[in-house]
Amino acid sequence: MNIIVCVSHVPDTTTRINVAGDAKSIDAAGVKFILNPYDEFAVEEALRLRDKLKGEVTVVTVGADNAKEALRQALAMGADKGVLVKGEKKDSWQVAEMLATAIKPLNADLILLGKQSIDFDGMEIAPMLSELLNLPAVTVAVALNIEDTKATVEKEVEGGREVIEIDLPCIIAAQKGLNDPRYPSLPNIMKAKQKPIAEVQGAPSAARTEVVQMTKPEKKRANKIFKTDGNATHAAQELARMLHEDAKVI
Amino acid sequence: MNILVYLEDRNGQIRKPSLEAISAAHALGGTVSVAIVAADASALIEQAKSLNVSSVIVASDARLTNYSSRAFGRALAAIAKEAKADVIIIGATGRGKDLAPRVAVRLEAGYVPEITALSIDGGEILATHPVYAGKAQMVMKVTTPIKVFSTRPNLWKAPKDGVTGEPTMQNVAVDWSDADFKEHTKDLVLSQGKLDVAEADIIVSGGRGLRGPENWPLIEDLAQAFGAATGASRAVVDAGWRPHSEQVGQTGKTVSPTLYVAVGISGAVQHLAGMSSAKTIVAINKDENAPIFSIADYGIIGDAFEILPPLTEEIKKLRGH
Ligand SMILES: Cc1cc2nc3c(=O)[nH]c(=O)nc-3n(C[C@H](O)[C@H](O)[C@H](O)COP(=O)(O)OP(=O)(O)OC[C@H]3O[C@@H](n4cnc5c(N)ncnc54)[C@H](O)[C@@H]3O)c2cc1C
Repeated sequence: MNIIVCVSHVPDTTTRINVAGDAKSIDAAGVKFILNPYDEFAVEEALRLRDKLKGEVTVVTVGADNAKEALRQALAMGADKGVLVKGEKKDSWQVAEMLATAIKPLNADLILLGKQSIDFDGMEIAPMLSELLNLPAVTVAVALNIEDTKATVEKEVEGGREVIEIDLPCIIAAQKGLNDPRYPSLPNIMKAKQKPIAEVQGAPSAARTEVVQMTKPEKKRANKIFKTDGNATHAAQELARMLHEDAKVI
Repeated sequence: MNILVYLEDRNGQIRKPSLEAISAAHALGGTVSVAIVAADASALIEQAKSLNVSSVIVASDARLTNYSSRAFGRALAAIAKEAKADVIIIGATGRGKDLAPRVAVRLEAGYVPEITALSIDGGEILATHPVYAGKAQMVMKVTTPIKVFSTRPNLWKAPKDGVTGEPTMQNVAVDWSDADFKEHTKDLVLSQGKLDVAEADIIVSGGRGLRGPENWPLIEDLAQAFGAATGASRAVVDAGWRPHSEQVGQTGKTVSPTLYVAVGISGAVQHLAGMSSAKTIVAINKDENAPIFSIADYGIIGDAFEILPPLTEEIKKLRGH
């Protein structure tokens, strides 16, 4: 089983976001970057499948040199080797394009990735890769079972789950619930430093979208907060009245 | 400007996010057409007639009984070409978020996902997309001739029913190949009779402050009084008190209801990521420093166990139960 996992190097969720001087991006100074949390589910699933079905796990990322940190983290979890596609990420299409070009010659049986990266929260890469590589794909996967060249996937949808049958090779995008990702052990972190990371140059076509402006959402919240002051019933009545008369939601 | 909206259905019923996408389309101005991709399109065509659109374009085939992403992607792209669509708008449902990027690739079009606002400024279409877990937002422009957007549910009003137009009807022949059906939905398992958080107009969510699953009837009773869905924080889901399908937040569902009531939820950034675009936010928490209060419209600082029962009674009264 030849498994490719696409990973992304993203700002930690708890990081404070400040808009940079260009008003189109974030100020990266002081921002802590991590392996995209959804990609951890993808890496974990890949490792389990490799251990069960034999084979190899290659992690691929698009980015600048520092994106290697995300690869190292996946390698420390247990992946076998990494590929850094060097390129600037201006929009998701370009990322998908650079990934597709790098993945195509690798003859994957299975391509795994997180359902979205927590920077742009777009959920675009898996479907785009599916079209660019001519492979079937399932997004938001919470269960995956592979038998021979067929996979059965459960996808989270509104109000329930879809059960999807899919032929390998295919692309699966992981949602929380797929598994519990392992923590890299110290020996594995050490070993990861010796694992090979290949570098290739990405050559994307022109970006198809453009950021006009990045802003912090302004809060226009009523912010009417009060205490029960020992009379919860009165407080409850007051809240209900506000929802009725003020917010007019009931 | 020709705008095409994809009509997603479940069991022959057009889904609300698609109707909202039609409103977003009308607000842009231009000619609005709708796309139907189905094995049997008749029920949807009937519904489409009362949507005040200029044309209904259908791609139909027996193999389309269940969703198959590549087959639907090919069909929608073919319809878009037929409609000479300049703009394609798709409700950002689970399916919509799978379909929109595909159609974008097939049409060589730029795509902005999960938008929360759409406007025209100096002839340019501007779309707002929240990023970094809602901590920032980007106003985006698409630079290709064809533009694709998906609209976050619950932020546009569904158009009023019954404004009948006389849409032109059209069928499109699509050259699917067997390879388009290498993946198909076999089954849809729905949670019985429960309103899903992703679709609900009002949500009552509980957090670790509820102390245990045995106290969930307090949340359920309030939800019932509101006619709301129940949600949960990750702490509660991880503790096994509630199923993951109810989790709101970054690793759960993103919701934009009219009213979100957070009970015993601290308001961690990952939780806020999923619900901060709610129109009205109510927080009930005994800790006055809980971050949830910083984004709440209304809130009571106090013990949920004391507040919930009388609040449920009041809401029942107001809603005339
Ligand atoms: C990668 C990652 C992804 C995550 N994704 C999500 C996600 O999708 N959704 C999510 O919710 N979290 C997510 N989290 C977890 C998040 O960081 C918080 O841990 C979680 O939201 C806390 O849940 P809580 O507010 O219910 O619990 P707590 O933080 O324990 O808060 C409980 C609150 O209840 C209040 N309380 C206690 N007793 C009472 C009472 N009697 N009456 C009233 N109030 C009371 C307390 O004051 C407190 O504010 C994620 C974390 C990580 C690292």
